[in-house]
Amino acid sequence: MRDNSNPVYTESSRPWTPYALIGIGTVLLLIGSYIGLFVAPAEHYMGDVQRIMYVHVPTAWNAMLVLSVAFIFAVLSLWRGDWKWDNRLESAIEVGVVLSFLLCVQGAIWAKPTWGVWWDWDPRLTTTAVMVFAFLGIMVLRNFVEEPGRRATWSAVATIIAFIDVPIVYFSVNWWNSLHQLQSSPETVSESFHLPLRINSFGILFLMTGVMMIRARLAALRLESELAPPLPADGKSLESGRVPGTGPAVGGNA
Amino acid sequence: MQLMAALRKEFLLMWRTRAQFLAVFVFGATSLLLFSFAIGPNAAALRLHSSGFIWLALLLSSTLSLSESFHVEIEQRAYEGLLLLPTSPRVFFYAKALANWSQLSILGIALIPIMVVLYDAGTDRVLALIGIILLGAAGLSAPGTFYAAMAAQARSKQTLLPLLLFPLVVPVLLAAVKSTSLLIIGDPMNQIRSWVTLLISFNAIYWAVCGLLFGRVLED
Repeated sequence: MRDNSNPVYTESSRPWTPYALIGIGTVLLLIGSYIGLFVAPAEHYMGDVQRIMYVHVPTAWNAMLVLSVAFIFAVLSLWRGDWKWDNRLESAIEVGVVLSFLLCVQGAIWAKPTWGVWWDWDPRLTTTAVMVFAFLGIMVLRNFVEEPGRRATWSAVATIIAFIDVPIVYFSVNWWNSLHQLQSSPETVSESFHLPLRINSFGILFLMTGVMMIRARLAALRLESELAPPLPADGKSLESGRVPGTGPAVGGNA
Repeated sequence: MQLMAALRKEFLLMWRTRAQFLAVFVFGATSLLLFSFAIGPNAAALRLHSSGFIWLALLLSSTLSLSESFHVEIEQRAYEGLLLLPTSPRVFFYAKALANWSQLSILGIALIPIMVVLYDAGTDRVLALIGIILLGAAGLSAPGTFYAAMAAQARSKQTLLPLLLFPLVVPVLLAAVKSTSLLIIGDPMNQIRSWVTLLISFNAIYWAVCGLLFGRVLED
Protein backbone atom coordinates (compact mmCIF):
# COMPACT_ATOMS: atom_id res chain seq x y z
CA MET A 1 0.00 0.00 0.00
CA ARG A 2 1.06 3.60 -0.65
CA ASP A 3 2.03 5.87 2.19
CA ASN A 4 -0.34 8.84 2.17
CA SER A 5 1.26 10.44 5.22
CA ASN A 6 4.08 11.88 3.12
CA PRO A 7 3.33 15.14 1.33
CA VAL A 8 2.40 14.65 -2.33
CA TYR A 9 3.49 18.11 -3.30
CA THR A 10 5.93 20.26 -1.35
CA GLU A 11 6.92 23.70 -2.53
CA SER A 12 10.48 23.62 -3.81
CA SER A 13 12.96 25.94 -2.09
CA ARG A 14 14.43 26.62 -5.54
CA PRO A 15 11.40 26.80 -7.89
CA TRP A 16 13.48 28.46 -10.60
CA THR A 17 15.86 25.46 -10.95
CA PRO A 18 13.98 23.72 -13.83
CA TYR A 19 13.67 27.00 -15.75
CA ALA A 20 17.40 27.64 -15.28
CA LEU A 21 18.15 24.11 -16.55
CA ILE A 22 15.90 24.66 -19.59
CA GLY A 23 17.64 27.98 -20.25
CA ILE A 24 21.15 26.48 -19.98
CA GLY A 25 20.07 23.50 -22.11
CA THR A 26 18.64 25.75 -24.84
CA VAL A 27 21.81 27.88 -24.95
CA LEU A 28 24.02 24.76 -25.10
CA LEU A 29 21.86 23.29 -27.88
CA LEU A 30 22.10 26.52 -29.88
CA ILE A 31 25.90 26.66 -29.45
CA GLY A 32 26.33 22.95 -30.24
CA SER A 33 24.08 23.18 -33.29
CA TYR A 34 25.93 26.28 -34.54
CA ILE A 35 29.29 24.47 -34.26
CA GLY A 36 27.77 21.35 -35.84
CA LEU A 37 26.25 23.26 -38.75
CA PHE A 38 28.91 25.89 -39.48
CA VAL A 39 32.24 25.05 -37.78
CA ALA A 40 32.67 21.24 -37.84
CA PRO A 41 33.89 19.84 -41.19
CA ALA A 42 31.50 17.98 -43.49
CA GLU A 43 31.74 14.18 -43.35
CA HIS A 44 33.73 12.62 -46.21
CA TYR A 45 31.01 10.36 -47.72
CA MET A 46 27.68 11.86 -46.64
CA GLY A 47 28.63 15.53 -46.80
CA ASP A 48 26.32 17.99 -45.02
CA VAL A 49 23.61 15.35 -44.49
CA GLN A 50 25.72 13.89 -41.67
CA ARG A 51 25.27 17.08 -39.61
CA ILE A 52 21.93 15.72 -38.34
CA MET A 53 24.10 13.40 -36.24
CA TYR A 54 24.70 16.30 -33.82
CA VAL A 55 21.09 16.11 -32.67
CA HIS A 56 20.30 12.47 -33.52
CA VAL A 57 23.03 10.82 -31.44
CA PRO A 58 22.56 13.08 -28.36
CA THR A 59 18.79 12.44 -28.58
CA ALA A 60 19.44 8.68 -28.68
CA TRP A 61 21.79 8.79 -25.67
CA ASN A 62 19.37 10.87 -23.63
CA ALA A 63 16.33 8.78 -24.65
CA MET A 64 18.11 5.63 -23.41
CA LEU A 65 19.17 7.49 -20.26
CA VAL A 66 15.72 8.82 -19.38
CA LEU A 67 14.05 5.44 -19.96
CA SER A 68 16.68 3.81 -17.74
CA VAL A 69 15.94 6.49 -15.13
CA ALA A 70 12.21 5.66 -15.54
CA PHE A 71 13.06 2.04 -14.70
CA ILE A 72 14.88 3.18 -11.53
CA PHE A 73 11.90 5.40 -10.57
CA ALA A 74 9.56 2.43 -11.16
CA VAL A 75 11.62 0.19 -8.85
CA LEU A 76 11.76 2.95 -6.20
CA SER A 77 8.02 3.61 -6.56
CA LEU A 78 7.26 -0.07 -5.91
CA TRP A 79 9.88 -0.50 -3.21
CA ARG A 80 9.41 2.74 -1.26
CA GLY A 81 5.73 3.41 -2.00
CA ASP A 82 6.37 7.16 -1.96
CA TRP A 83 4.23 9.27 -4.33
CA LYS A 84 7.19 11.40 -5.45
CA TRP A 85 8.66 8.41 -7.32
CA ASP A 86 5.37 7.90 -9.15
CA ASN A 87 5.28 11.57 -10.16
CA ARG A 88 8.87 11.32 -11.37
CA LEU A 89 8.06 8.07 -13.19
CA GLU A 90 5.21 9.78 -15.05
CA SER A 91 7.49 12.62 -16.12
CA ALA A 92 10.33 10.28 -17.16
CA ILE A 93 8.04 8.07 -19.29
CA GLU A 94 6.54 11.07 -21.09
CA VAL A 95 9.90 12.73 -21.76
CA GLY A 96 11.32 9.32 -22.82
CA VAL A 97 8.49 8.76 -25.30
CA VAL A 98 8.89 12.27 -26.77
CA LEU A 99 12.67 11.83 -27.14
CA SER A 100 12.27 8.33 -28.66
CA PHE A 101 9.69 9.66 -31.12
CA LEU A 102 12.03 12.54 -32.06
CA LEU A 103 14.79 9.94 -32.46
CA CYS A 104 12.67 8.03 -35.00
CA VAL A 105 11.80 11.23 -36.91
CA GLN A 106 15.44 12.39 -37.03
CA GLY A 107 16.50 8.88 -38.08
CA ALA A 108 13.95 8.88 -40.91
CA ILE A 109 15.16 12.31 -42.11
CA TRP A 110 18.75 11.00 -42.12
CA ALA A 111 17.78 7.66 -43.70
CA LYS A 112 16.02 9.10 -46.77
CA PRO A 113 19.11 10.68 -48.43
CA THR A 114 21.55 7.99 -47.23
CA TRP A 115 19.60 4.71 -47.40
CA GLY A 116 17.04 5.89 -49.99
CA VAL A 117 14.04 5.12 -47.75
CA TRP A 118 12.40 6.86 -44.78
CA TRP A 119 12.13 3.61 -42.83
CA ASP A 120 13.81 0.23 -42.99
CA TRP A 121 12.88 -2.90 -40.99
CA ASP A 122 16.36 -3.02 -39.59
CA PRO A 123 16.81 -4.43 -36.02
CA ARG A 124 17.72 -1.06 -34.49
CA LEU A 125 14.77 0.76 -36.06
CA THR A 126 12.33 -2.06 -35.30
CA THR A 127 13.35 -2.39 -31.64
CA THR A 128 13.23 1.41 -31.22
CA ALA A 129 9.69 1.53 -32.67
CA VAL A 130 8.69 -1.31 -30.31
CA MET A 131 10.18 0.64 -27.38
CA VAL A 132 8.18 3.78 -28.28
CA PHE A 133 4.93 1.80 -28.45
CA ALA A 134 5.68 -0.13 -25.25
CA PHE A 135 6.11 3.09 -23.24
CA LEU A 136 3.23 4.77 -25.10
CA GLY A 137 1.08 1.86 -23.86
CA ILE A 138 2.07 2.71 -20.28
CA MET A 139 1.02 6.34 -20.82
CA VAL A 140 -2.38 5.06 -22.03
CA LEU A 141 -2.55 2.71 -19.02
CA ARG A 142 -2.07 5.68 -16.69
CA ASN A 143 -5.01 7.44 -18.34
CA PHE A 144 -7.27 4.39 -18.08
CA VAL A 145 -6.75 3.78 -14.35
CA GLU A 146 -8.41 6.36 -12.12
CA GLU A 147 -7.44 5.09 -8.66
CA PRO A 148 -4.02 6.72 -7.95
CA GLY A 149 -2.52 3.87 -5.89
CA ARG A 150 -3.42 1.25 -8.47
CA ARG A 151 -2.21 3.54 -11.28
CA ALA A 152 1.16 4.02 -9.56
CA THR A 153 1.71 0.29 -8.94
CA TRP A 154 0.57 -0.86 -12.36
CA SER A 155 2.59 1.71 -14.30
CA ALA A 156 5.66 0.83 -12.21
CA VAL A 157 5.40 -2.91 -12.94
CA ALA A 158 4.59 -2.22 -16.62
CA THR A 159 7.67 0.03 -16.83
CA ILE A 160 9.89 -2.69 -15.35
CA ILE A 161 8.63 -5.16 -17.96
CA ALA A 162 8.80 -2.67 -20.87
CA PHE A 163 12.38 -1.80 -19.87
CA ILE A 164 13.42 -5.27 -21.12
CA ASP A 165 13.38 -3.68 -24.61
CA VAL A 166 15.82 -0.84 -23.78
CA PRO A 167 19.05 -2.93 -23.66
CA ILE A 168 17.79 -4.84 -26.72
CA VAL A 169 17.57 -1.51 -28.62
CA TYR A 170 21.10 -0.58 -27.51
CA PHE A 171 22.71 -3.92 -28.38
CA SER A 172 20.58 -4.72 -31.47
CA VAL A 173 23.31 -3.39 -33.81
CA ASN A 174 25.79 -5.82 -32.24
CA TRP A 175 23.49 -8.85 -32.05
CA TRP A 176 22.00 -8.78 -35.57
CA ASN A 177 23.16 -7.79 -39.06
CA SER A 178 22.03 -4.18 -39.19
CA LEU A 179 21.91 -1.43 -41.77
CA HIS A 180 22.27 1.00 -38.86
CA GLN A 181 25.82 1.79 -37.81
CA LEU A 182 27.29 0.55 -34.51
CA GLN A 183 26.96 2.67 -31.35
CA SER A 184 28.69 6.04 -31.66
CA SER A 185 31.49 6.72 -29.18
CA PRO A 186 34.65 8.90 -29.13
CA GLU A 187 36.51 5.89 -30.60
CA THR A 188 34.16 5.52 -33.59
CA VAL A 189 33.67 9.22 -34.40
CA SER A 190 36.29 11.62 -35.79
CA GLU A 191 37.80 13.97 -33.20
CA SER A 192 36.52 17.09 -35.02
CA PHE A 193 32.93 15.89 -34.41
CA HIS A 194 33.37 15.44 -30.64
CA LEU A 195 32.74 19.02 -29.46
CA PRO A 196 29.27 19.64 -31.00
CA LEU A 197 28.20 16.10 -30.01
CA ARG A 198 29.23 16.67 -26.39
CA ILE A 199 27.71 20.18 -26.16
CA ASN A 200 24.39 19.01 -27.64
CA SER A 201 24.34 15.93 -25.39
CA PHE A 202 24.59 18.12 -22.30
CA GLY A 203 22.14 20.61 -23.84
CA ILE A 204 19.46 17.93 -24.28
CA LEU A 205 20.31 16.50 -20.83
CA PHE A 206 19.71 19.87 -19.12
CA LEU A 207 16.60 20.61 -21.20
CA MET A 208 15.19 17.16 -20.50
CA THR A 209 15.90 17.39 -16.75
CA GLY A 210 14.21 20.80 -16.52
CA VAL A 211 11.12 19.60 -18.40
CA MET A 212 10.98 16.45 -16.25
CA MET A 213 11.09 18.53 -13.06
CA ILE A 214 8.20 20.74 -14.24
CA ARG A 215 6.22 17.69 -15.42
CA ALA A 216 6.77 15.90 -12.07
CA ARG A 217 5.52 19.02 -10.29
CA LEU A 218 2.37 19.04 -12.46
CA ALA A 219 1.84 15.33 -11.75
CA ALA A 220 2.17 16.04 -8.01
CA LEU A 221 -0.41 18.83 -8.21
CA ARG A 222 -2.86 16.59 -10.09
CA LEU A 223 -2.30 13.78 -7.59
CA GLU A 224 -2.90 16.14 -4.71
CA SER A 225 -6.28 17.12 -6.12
CA GLU A 226 -7.13 13.43 -6.70
CA LEU A 227 -6.23 12.44 -3.15
CA ALA A 228 -7.96 15.45 -1.56
CA PRO A 229 -11.29 14.71 0.16
CA PRO A 230 -14.44 15.79 -1.73
CA LEU A 231 -15.80 19.30 -1.25
CA PRO A 232 -18.46 19.74 1.46
CA ALA A 233 -22.10 19.53 0.40
CA ASP A 234 -22.67 23.29 0.77
CA GLY A 235 -20.19 23.84 -2.03
CA LYS A 236 -17.75 25.90 0.08
CA SER A 237 -14.17 24.89 -0.44
CA LEU A 238 -12.19 23.84 2.57
CA GLU A 239 -9.06 25.83 3.20
CA SER A 240 -6.44 24.77 0.60
CA GLY A 241 -8.78 22.00 -0.61
CA ARG A 242 -8.09 19.48 2.14
CA VAL A 243 -9.08 18.53 5.63
CA PRO A 244 -6.41 19.93 7.97
CA GLY A 245 -4.21 17.19 9.36
CA THR A 246 -5.56 14.39 7.17
CA GLY A 247 -4.73 15.25 3.59
CA PRO A 248 -1.38 15.84 2.01
CA ALA A 249 0.37 19.13 2.63
CA VAL A 250 0.56 21.67 -0.15
CA GLY A 251 3.85 21.92 -1.48
CA GLY A 252 6.56 20.37 -4.81
CA ASN A 253 8.24 17.65 -5.66
CA ALA A 254 10.58 18.27 -8.45
CA MET B 1 0.41 -28.96 -4.19
CA GLN B 2 -1.12 -25.45 -4.12
CA LEU B 3 -0.19 -25.01 -7.78
CA MET B 4 -1.89 -28.29 -8.64
CA ALA B 5 -5.09 -27.18 -6.85
CA ALA B 6 -5.02 -23.81 -8.65
CA LEU B 7 -4.34 -25.56 -11.97
CA ARG B 8 -7.26 -27.91 -11.35
CA LYS B 9 -9.51 -24.87 -10.83
CA GLU B 10 -8.25 -23.25 -14.05
CA PHE B 11 -8.76 -26.37 -16.16
CA LEU B 12 -12.22 -26.86 -14.68
CA LEU B 13 -13.05 -23.26 -15.69
CA MET B 14 -11.63 -23.90 -19.15
CA TRP B 15 -13.78 -27.01 -19.53
CA ARG B 16 -16.92 -25.19 -18.43
CA THR B 17 -16.28 -22.37 -20.92
CA ARG B 18 -15.28 -24.65 -23.83
CA ALA B 19 -17.86 -23.01 -26.13
CA GLN B 20 -15.79 -19.83 -25.86
CA PHE B 21 -12.66 -21.72 -26.99
CA LEU B 22 -14.56 -22.86 -30.08
CA ALA B 23 -15.48 -19.24 -30.84
CA VAL B 24 -11.83 -18.19 -30.50
CA PHE B 25 -10.78 -21.03 -32.84
CA VAL B 26 -13.34 -19.91 -35.45
CA PHE B 27 -11.99 -16.36 -35.10
CA GLY B 28 -8.41 -17.60 -35.66
CA ALA B 29 -9.44 -19.67 -38.70
CA THR B 30 -11.36 -16.69 -40.16
CA SER B 31 -8.29 -14.47 -39.66
CA LEU B 32 -6.16 -17.01 -41.56
CA LEU B 33 -8.67 -16.94 -44.41
CA LEU B 34 -8.79 -13.13 -44.47
CA PHE B 35 -4.99 -12.69 -44.49
CA SER B 36 -4.82 -14.51 -47.83
CA PHE B 37 -6.84 -11.70 -49.44
CA ALA B 38 -4.03 -9.25 -48.64
CA ILE B 39 -1.63 -11.25 -50.85
CA GLY B 40 -3.95 -12.46 -53.59
CA PRO B 41 -4.03 -15.87 -55.28
CA ASN B 42 -0.23 -16.16 -55.64
CA ALA B 43 0.45 -19.66 -54.21
CA ALA B 44 4.21 -19.13 -53.79
CA ALA B 45 3.74 -15.80 -51.98
CA LEU B 46 1.05 -17.27 -49.73
CA ARG B 47 3.34 -20.16 -48.75
CA LEU B 48 6.20 -17.73 -48.11
CA HIS B 49 4.07 -15.62 -45.74
CA SER B 50 2.14 -18.47 -44.11
CA SER B 51 4.30 -18.46 -40.97
CA GLY B 52 3.53 -14.78 -40.35
CA PHE B 53 -0.18 -15.36 -40.93
CA ILE B 54 -0.51 -18.23 -38.44
CA TRP B 55 1.27 -16.25 -35.72
CA LEU B 56 -0.78 -13.12 -36.38
CA ALA B 57 -3.95 -15.24 -36.22
CA LEU B 58 -2.75 -16.73 -32.93
CA LEU B 59 -1.82 -13.29 -31.53
CA LEU B 60 -5.20 -11.77 -32.42
CA SER B 61 -7.05 -14.81 -31.06
CA SER B 62 -4.96 -14.67 -27.87
CA THR B 63 -6.31 -11.19 -27.04
CA LEU B 64 -9.84 -12.65 -27.07
CA SER B 65 -9.05 -15.62 -24.84
CA LEU B 66 -6.66 -13.71 -22.54
CA SER B 67 -9.06 -10.80 -21.94
CA GLU B 68 -11.68 -13.31 -20.83
CA SER B 69 -9.31 -15.30 -18.61
CA PHE B 70 -9.91 -13.12 -15.52
CA HIS B 71 -13.55 -12.42 -16.34
CA VAL B 72 -15.06 -14.89 -13.86
CA GLU B 73 -12.80 -13.91 -10.95
CA ILE B 74 -13.34 -10.16 -11.46
CA GLU B 75 -17.09 -10.31 -12.16
CA GLN B 76 -17.86 -12.46 -9.13
CA ARG B 77 -15.17 -10.66 -7.01
CA ALA B 78 -13.75 -14.14 -6.46
CA TYR B 79 -10.16 -12.90 -6.66
CA GLU B 80 -10.63 -11.12 -3.32
CA GLY B 81 -11.44 -14.50 -1.77
CA LEU B 82 -8.45 -16.06 -3.53
CA LEU B 83 -6.18 -13.37 -2.09
CA LEU B 84 -7.33 -14.25 1.42
CA LEU B 85 -6.11 -17.82 1.00
CA PRO B 86 -2.77 -18.57 2.74
CA THR B 87 -0.89 -18.90 -0.52
CA SER B 88 1.29 -16.73 -2.77
CA PRO B 89 -0.33 -14.77 -5.64
CA ARG B 90 2.42 -16.29 -7.79
CA VAL B 91 0.61 -19.63 -7.56
CA PHE B 92 -2.46 -18.01 -9.15
CA PHE B 93 -0.33 -16.39 -11.82
CA TYR B 94 1.47 -19.57 -12.82
CA ALA B 95 -1.75 -21.61 -12.76
CA LYS B 96 -3.56 -19.03 -14.90
CA ALA B 97 -0.58 -18.61 -17.26
CA LEU B 98 -0.20 -22.39 -17.65
CA ALA B 99 -3.93 -22.71 -18.40
CA ASN B 100 -3.68 -19.89 -20.97
CA TRP B 101 -0.55 -21.48 -22.42
CA SER B 102 -2.30 -24.84 -22.89
CA GLN B 103 -5.31 -23.11 -24.46
CA LEU B 104 -3.14 -21.09 -26.89
CA SER B 105 -1.06 -24.17 -27.72
CA ILE B 106 -4.15 -26.21 -28.56
CA LEU B 107 -5.42 -23.29 -30.64
CA GLY B 108 -2.08 -22.97 -32.49
CA ILE B 109 -1.88 -26.70 -33.18
CA ALA B 110 -5.52 -26.70 -34.38
CA LEU B 111 -4.71 -23.85 -36.79
CA ILE B 112 -1.81 -25.77 -38.43
CA PRO B 113 -4.05 -27.94 -40.69
CA ILE B 114 -5.93 -24.82 -41.83
CA MET B 115 -2.62 -23.13 -42.67
CA VAL B 116 -1.48 -26.24 -44.59
CA VAL B 117 -4.73 -26.40 -46.58
CA LEU B 118 -5.07 -22.66 -47.31
CA TYR B 119 -1.41 -21.85 -48.04
CA ASP B 120 0.05 -25.23 -49.02
CA ALA B 121 2.50 -24.69 -46.17
CA GLY B 122 3.30 -28.22 -45.09
CA THR B 123 6.48 -29.46 -43.42
CA ASP B 124 8.01 -32.85 -42.70
CA ARG B 125 9.16 -31.65 -39.29
CA VAL B 126 5.71 -31.64 -37.68
CA LEU B 127 7.02 -32.30 -34.16
CA ALA B 128 9.45 -29.40 -34.46
CA LEU B 129 6.60 -27.16 -35.66
CA ILE B 130 4.49 -28.20 -32.65
CA GLY B 131 7.50 -27.44 -30.43
CA ILE B 132 7.72 -23.91 -31.90
CA ILE B 133 3.97 -23.43 -31.36
CA LEU B 134 4.40 -24.50 -27.70
CA LEU B 135 7.34 -22.12 -27.17
CA GLY B 136 5.66 -19.19 -28.96
CA ALA B 137 2.39 -19.73 -27.06
CA ALA B 138 4.38 -19.69 -23.81
CA GLY B 139 5.93 -16.36 -24.82
CA LEU B 140 2.46 -14.91 -25.44
CA SER B 141 0.72 -16.38 -22.40
CA ALA B 142 3.04 -15.17 -19.58
CA PRO B 143 2.91 -11.41 -20.39
CA GLY B 144 -0.63 -11.88 -21.73
CA THR B 145 -1.87 -13.27 -18.40
CA PHE B 146 -0.02 -10.54 -16.52
CA TYR B 147 -1.54 -7.68 -18.53
CA ALA B 148 -4.96 -9.38 -18.71
CA ALA B 149 -5.08 -9.21 -14.88
CA MET B 150 -4.48 -5.45 -15.08
CA ALA B 151 -6.80 -4.81 -18.02
CA ALA B 152 -9.63 -6.79 -16.41
CA GLN B 153 -9.70 -4.30 -13.52
CA ALA B 154 -9.37 -1.17 -15.69
CA ARG B 155 -11.84 0.52 -17.99
CA SER B 156 -11.60 -0.06 -21.77
CA LYS B 157 -10.01 -3.46 -21.13
CA GLN B 158 -10.48 -4.56 -24.76
CA THR B 159 -8.31 -1.63 -25.91
CA LEU B 160 -5.79 -1.73 -23.09
CA LEU B 161 -4.69 -5.37 -23.38
CA PRO B 162 -3.47 -5.25 -27.01
CA LEU B 163 -1.91 -1.81 -26.43
CA LEU B 164 0.24 -3.17 -23.60
CA LEU B 165 0.79 -6.67 -24.94
CA PHE B 166 1.57 -6.24 -28.64
CA PRO B 167 4.77 -4.16 -28.37
CA LEU B 168 6.06 -6.40 -25.60
CA VAL B 169 5.67 -9.68 -27.49
CA VAL B 170 7.29 -8.46 -30.74
CA PRO B 171 10.60 -10.29 -30.03
CA VAL B 172 8.70 -13.53 -29.29
CA LEU B 173 6.55 -13.10 -32.38
CA LEU B 174 9.60 -12.37 -34.53
CA ALA B 175 11.47 -15.46 -33.32
CA ALA B 176 8.37 -17.66 -33.64
CA VAL B 177 7.59 -16.44 -37.18
CA LYS B 178 11.19 -16.89 -38.29
CA SER B 179 11.46 -20.40 -36.78
CA THR B 180 8.14 -21.47 -38.35
CA SER B 181 9.20 -20.02 -41.68
CA LEU B 182 12.51 -21.94 -41.59
CA LEU B 183 10.58 -25.17 -40.97
CA ILE B 184 8.20 -24.54 -43.88
CA ILE B 185 10.52 -22.95 -46.46
CA GLY B 186 13.67 -24.87 -45.47
CA ASP B 187 16.72 -24.16 -43.36
CA PRO B 188 19.91 -24.83 -45.36
CA MET B 189 22.05 -22.61 -43.06
CA ASN B 190 20.71 -24.23 -39.85
CA GLN B 191 19.55 -20.87 -38.45
CA ILE B 192 16.64 -22.28 -36.48
CA ARG B 193 18.77 -23.01 -33.41
CA SER B 194 19.54 -19.31 -32.77
CA TRP B 195 15.87 -18.30 -33.16
CA VAL B 196 14.75 -21.06 -30.79
CA THR B 197 17.38 -19.91 -28.28
CA LEU B 198 15.95 -16.38 -28.54
CA LEU B 199 12.43 -17.76 -27.94
CA ILE B 200 13.57 -19.74 -24.90
CA SER B 201 15.45 -16.71 -23.51
CA PHE B 202 12.40 -14.44 -23.79
CA ASN B 203 10.19 -17.12 -22.26
CA ALA B 204 12.57 -17.40 -19.31
CA ILE B 205 12.60 -13.59 -18.83
CA TYR B 206 8.82 -13.14 -19.14
CA TRP B 207 7.85 -16.12 -16.96
CA ALA B 208 10.30 -15.03 -14.24
CA VAL B 209 9.63 -11.25 -14.25
CA CYS B 210 5.83 -11.50 -14.63
CA GLY B 211 5.63 -14.12 -11.86
CA LEU B 212 7.76 -11.94 -9.60
CA LEU B 213 5.64 -8.80 -10.12
CA PHE B 214 2.18 -10.38 -10.30
CA GLY B 215 1.54 -10.07 -6.56
CA ARG B 216 1.71 -6.26 -6.85
CA VAL B 217 -0.93 -6.22 -9.61
CA LEU B 218 -3.46 -8.12 -7.49
CA GLU B 219 -2.66 -6.43 -4.17
CA ASP B 220 -3.53 -2.95 -5.43
